[in-house]
Amino acid sequence: MTEFTPLAAAFGGFLIGLSAVLLMLFHGRIAGMTGFVGAVLPPVASDWSWRAVFLAGAIAGPVVYSMATGNVIAIDEPVSKAMLVVGGLIVGVGVTFGGGCTSGHGVCGMARFSKRSFVATCVFMATTFATVFVIRHVFGA
Amino acid sequence: MRHLSALLIGMVFGTGIAISGMANPAKVLNFFDIAGTFDPSLVIVMFSAMFTAMAGYRFALRRERPVLEASFSLPSTNLIDRPLVLGAATFGIGWGISGFCPGGAIPALGLGSVDPLIFVAAMSVGIVAARTWRRQGAKAAPATA
Repeated sequence: MTEFTPLAAAFGGFLIGLSAVLLMLFHGRIAGMTGFVGAVLPPVASDWSWRAVFLAGAIAGPVVYSMATGNVIAIDEPVSKAMLVVGGLIVGVGVTFGGGCTSGHGVCGMARFSKRSFVATCVFMATTFATVFVIRHVFGA
Repeated sequence: MRHLSALLIGMVFGTGIAISGMANPAKVLNFFDIAGTFDPSLVIVMFSAMFTAMAGYRFALRRERPVLEASFSLPSTNLIDRPLVLGAATFGIGWGISGFCPGGAIPALGLGSVDPLIFVAAMSVGIVAARTWRRQGAKAAPATA
């Protein structure tokens, strides 16, 4: 069980949206994490260095927040390490061919009224629902 | 300047993910488990982020150019093709298995759990493999590219 946290969800979501707006305003880019991670993997993109710094900020932000406020950020992984590896490999392949993930398509693309992102978001939400249903209720894990 | 700005904006993004609970696979997966331990937080996060971006983009895109770059670089294609649909479908399967997406896992990397490290390592292998695969496919069938 995890608790429904509407206020934290709304405020956290606002910060995610704000970062997308600031990235557009200052850098003219979509805040898609697939693009950022992809840019620092071989063969690296020509503009990899500022993207690497963005990723470093994304990692540092929660650490600083947690130290400053004393709030513990929970990470509970209900699946085994083996499934985590399988899931990670599948996500990597999927976001590469699909050209984005939850941040790029789901937040930024939808906010730009991109038809591609709308289709991608509907498709991945549907297969995620189906996958969780099969794992939890068909196989009963 | 570019790097400092990227660092600060990255921190805002990561902090938003952490506060929203989206760095936590258990919470993400419970959103998708409507028939079980349902937690609707994820949809609030997505809508809050999307509406904020929607409002802010209108303002940001009214400028001639971004503050630190010569021009905006927006995806220009509107093509709904097989790679988009199959890729998104595949991504959803992996997200449903692990509870991590790229944006959820990166901000979780420094929080002392080994799970995001395992996920991001595997995801990176998947990205590099898929690119290699795509390049070879493009070479084998240049007409469809």
